[in-house]
Amino acid sequence: MSTEPNATGMKPLEAAEAEEAMREVLAGEGVADAASELAPGVPEPETLAEGQMEGDPAVAEPACNQDCKIITRHVNVFYGDKQAIFDVSLDIPDRAVMALIGPSGCGKSTFLRCLNRMNDIIDICRVEGDIRLEGVDIYSGEIDPVLLRARVGMVFQKPNPFPKSIYENVAYGPRIHGLAKDRTELDEIVETSLRKAALWDEVKDRLHAPGTGLSGGQQQRLCIARAIATRPEVILMDEPASALDPIATARIEELIDELKQNYCIVIVTHSMQQAARVSDRTAFFHLGRLVEEGPTEQVFTNPREKRTQDYITGRFG
Amino acid sequence: MHHDWNSPQQLARLRRRHAANRRMKWIGLAAIGLAAGALALLVISLVATGWPAFTQTRITLQFDLDPKLVKPDDMRKGSWRKIIKTALLKEVGPVKSRKDRRKILKIISRGAAYELRDHVMKHPDLVGRTITYAVLAADPFDQFYKGVIPEYIGEGEKRFFNPRLGSPVVVAAFRKLIDKGLVSAPFNWGLFFNADSRLPEQAGLAGAIVGSFLTLLVCFLISFPAGIAAAIYLEEFAPKNRFTDFIEVNINNLAAVPSVVFGLLGLALFLGWFGMPRSAPLVGGLVLSLMTLPTIIIATRSALKAVPPSIREAALGIGASHHQMVLHHVLPVAMPGILTGAIIGMARALGETAPLLLIGMNAFIPDISNMGILDPATALPTQIYSWADSPERGFVSRTSAAILVLLGFLLVMNAAAIWLRQKYSKKV
Amino acid sequence: MLTITVLAIAVVAAAGFWLGYGPMRRMELLQEPGARTERLHSRPVYHGLFIAAWVGIPSLLLVVLWLMMQGSVLDWLLLNSLPADELARLSDDQKQVLLNEIRTLAQGNQLPGEPAAYVLEAAERLNRWRITAGWAMFVSALSLALAGMALARRRISRFFRARQAVERVMDGIMLACAGVAVFTTVGIIISLLFEALRFFAKVPVTEFLFGLRWEPQIAMRADQVAGSGAFGMIPVFTGTLLISAIALAISVPIGLLSAIYLVEYSSSRFRAFVKPLLEFLAGIPTVVYGFFAVLTVAPALKAFGEAIGLPVAPNSALAAGSVMGIMLIPFISSLSDDALAAVPMALREGSIGLGATKAETIRRVLVPAALPGIMAGVLLAASRAIGETMIVVMAAGIIATLTLNPFEAVTTVTVQIVSLLIGDTAFDNPKTLAAFALGLVLFLVTLGLNVLSMHIVKKYREQYD
Repeated sequence: MSTEPNATGMKPLEAAEAEEAMREVLAGEGVADAASELAPGVPEPETLAEGQMEGDPAVAEPACNQDCKIITRHVNVFYGDKQAIFDVSLDIPDRAVMALIGPSGCGKSTFLRCLNRMNDIIDICRVEGDIRLEGVDIYSGEIDPVLLRARVGMVFQKPNPFPKSIYENVAYGPRIHGLAKDRTELDEIVETSLRKAALWDEVKDRLHAPGTGLSGGQQQRLCIARAIATRPEVILMDEPASALDPIATARIEELIDELKQNYCIVIVTHSMQQAARVSDRTAFFHLGRLVEEGPTEQVFTNPREKRTQDYITGRFG
Repeated sequence: MHHDWNSPQQLARLRRRHAANRRMKWIGLAAIGLAAGALALLVISLVATGWPAFTQTRITLQFDLDPKLVKPDDMRKGSWRKIIKTALLKEVGPVKSRKDRRKILKIISRGAAYELRDHVMKHPDLVGRTITYAVLAADPFDQFYKGVIPEYIGEGEKRFFNPRLGSPVVVAAFRKLIDKGLVSAPFNWGLFFNADSRLPEQAGLAGAIVGSFLTLLVCFLISFPAGIAAAIYLEEFAPKNRFTDFIEVNINNLAAVPSVVFGLLGLALFLGWFGMPRSAPLVGGLVLSLMTLPTIIIATRSALKAVPPSIREAALGIGASHHQMVLHHVLPVAMPGILTGAIIGMARALGETAPLLLIGMNAFIPDISNMGILDPATALPTQIYSWADSPERGFVSRTSAAILVLLGFLLVMNAAAIWLRQKYSKKV
Repeated sequence: MLTITVLAIAVVAAAGFWLGYGPMRRMELLQEPGARTERLHSRPVYHGLFIAAWVGIPSLLLVVLWLMMQGSVLDWLLLNSLPADELARLSDDQKQVLLNEIRTLAQGNQLPGEPAAYVLEAAERLNRWRITAGWAMFVSALSLALAGMALARRRISRFFRARQAVERVMDGIMLACAGVAVFTTVGIIISLLFEALRFFAKVPVTEFLFGLRWEPQIAMRADQVAGSGAFGMIPVFTGTLLISAIALAISVPIGLLSAIYLVEYSSSRFRAFVKPLLEFLAGIPTVVYGFFAVLTVAPALKAFGEAIGLPVAPNSALAAGSVMGIMLIPFISSLSDDALAAVPMALREGSIGLGATKAETIRRVLVPAALPGIMAGVLLAASRAIGETMIVVMAAGIIATLTLNPFEAVTTVTVQIVSLLIGDTAFDNPKTLAAFALGLVLFLVTLGLNVLSMHIVKKYREQYD
């Protein structure tokens, strides 16, 4: 999958150089334009209903042919007596962006947090079902949750840099996991991670300044750099841009587009436009159930389910 | 490009990391264990030393109340010691040496004469009859009977007779009394109803309890209304300016000023400048109320904050003035929270010792018939301090017992606070 | 007399209330429902309260002021009434002693020895004056109460805004109550400063602050010049710091680690069980800890020292310090608990999400993030340790030894304050005044620690809000 031509198609280094130019472009045209570009593509409700009848539900393109990173089957999640997720089965491809959308409280974040066992730290939370990372059941004990979280990194809704220096923030993961033999190697990891997160040029002169002193968007990119530094295979992003302004959001989206060349990315978002802009596939959650999953374009232009259609049109309407 | 997470080095590292995590957990648990252990040690050592004081050894004897000795006209002048001596020797049997007789008499407390006298003064019809009465044993024999002190001290060659028990003759006499079934250790009501005394076997907490009660009463009457008024002002009416900020800083800071400094304040201000009487519960209560005030203000403010705005709006909506709203609607709802804070403040005040010591509230009060807020008094914690400082062995046990009584009061007060809090939190 | 006066004021106040309430109530009952113009402005009860306040407040204030002043005024009058030639022979200190004697005699107690005739006379005079003063207070308070009633009565009418007036009075009372905190602080500072300055008039400040010997008992002897090098507070302060340091060395790790366990590891059931236990530990009066030190800890330490051949004093700094440490555990624990709980969940998740174990999260993220709060707690605990009195009074030494050996006996500032002031004290020998100088130092040091701690907490809060 993820054969779509990349929008920038640049290596991280070039990306960093082109940053200024890009900022202008994004500031000028803005996110609103991106949304309006998409809007004409959204069919009228009538068309949609028609398409749904004509379309063959069974033909839904399989998520992964050969390259599925995460496979989940019949996942149920309970908080105490309350069930939050009902029987969700979802395949997540490698080197692509999978967006989880849905109204708030629909369970998309809960599902995301199952993928690296973040729900473990909530006492009353219980997860049932099968979640496999490269074929290995992550809840079986075959993978240590500590290592799992290094392989499946996470970026949170609100940027949450540690109250440490920028350098220490990025070096945190490699240090605890022992990924660097010496200081030089650690420096290298920090630099690479910051470059990949398109933050290097902005902070290279103040690596030892506190990470909390950065702007919101920079903080979020720092958190992405921090996640990249543990050499993950999957990056989970829980509404990574919801606390950011449009320009910073655009930077993050740009970054996501770049990162998907090397990583499997799962992003939870409440913004339809964002899902449409950054993702290759989209899964729509509602009331704890997976309603529909498919290539982003298809889900947005020609959803198979009425609920998906209502949600999307309601949002745009 | 991906890291090999399953390399032996990584796995070994992982094991170490998990071990470190478990270690942290165990260290934390051990810390809690240490704290709990200290608490357990404290409680155990207090109970172990204190429980004997809850019983009091008494010796039941037949007293011949010969009018010649009793002097019914003025019993204060009666030869009570002689009556006791006769009664004791009758049970012990004839003792030849006069020295031994005197020693044997030391089995009975010196306070027994007064006890017997008071008993007969209360029932004058007993004069001329022979009565059976259980008198107090002296402290060493009280301790000996309860097994607190041994007859012999030391081991092997260094073993010697415990000098506190007089001589082996006395112990033999005491054993004889035991064998005859005349010695008993009933519950020690005197601990609660007697005044203080220099004799451990006679000393009780009544004076201290009354003193503490009066002190807390003064403290409550001042700090409760004043604390609520201050809190209402700061929470509901005060403009936000530098002066009210200053008041607030002061309140927070006063809560952390060492209690002994309040004692100095009381000494210099109330005793020195205002010339108030020394050792009086009034002064003690004043000093403690200054200390308790911040606690009550802080508790009241948080209780007022917790009152839902809907109640305020409802009251204002029907035309109540701001004052009426606070007084008639907000304050009653906040009352349980305020009371909880007040009880906790009072419990703290009950345990305060240093400020009371400085204003002399550790007076020796052997007579509790006349206790007002202006008379010299003592309080429970200062009584504990005085007893802890007394050299007599019997006071060790009394001190622990007094502490248990104090802790009992504190426990009741805290339980009341918790009960109030729970009842309150259920309602809202 | 006091009781009678207060009762009389209460009776007049009650009468005043009815004077306001009664007529207005009748007026209220007569008025037509719905006739707006004829209505009373305020409910009758406010009219009653208005008069009662005018009766009660000024007269009670007078009584309080009277009681405050009476003692000093009578002393002054008494001294002036004594024969001038007798007075001339007496120093200030001796005058105080004489006054004390007269007061004792006036209470009907005996004095050792036969007091001079003029002293007996003075005692009688004092008693007469006291009775006169009592009546004077009664009469003036009562007339003030009646005057207040008359004045207030004249303002009562249908149109009078009694409610507003009463509410203004309430505001005044509440403000005064809030001001008590300020007055207390001011009172502490003034009384400590005043007595300390009197002390520094006799003993130089530099001597007090930097002297290496503290022997107040010696200076007490009449024939010795006060404060000849025996009032140096360095050894006393060193002892305080030594014991406090021991206490913190015990309480900080135990308190912090138990807080870490309770916040990060324990199940909620375990927490619900342990928390009240720690609260109980925190609620134990310090006199109990003091006795525990004397009864159990000190003998145990001494026996332990003997067993390993180490001389441990029966009132060693270690015994007092370790018991103080136990006392401070719940304090540190609950403040660290608050500080750790205040660290945003996002930081925990960020660390766990990177694959850190709980221990790594705690050590590298949570504790550093909570450090300001923990530090503030430690500072407050230090302030408490320095100001703690009963434990050291009972378990520490009274002789000021300049040593840092925890097995020896040292004394502390608070021990000295108590031992200098316990028993009957006259206010003018350097011994008594030295206690106030120590009290001033104690107040300033703890104040500094408290303010610093509050400042840190404030900054810390801003960081996460």
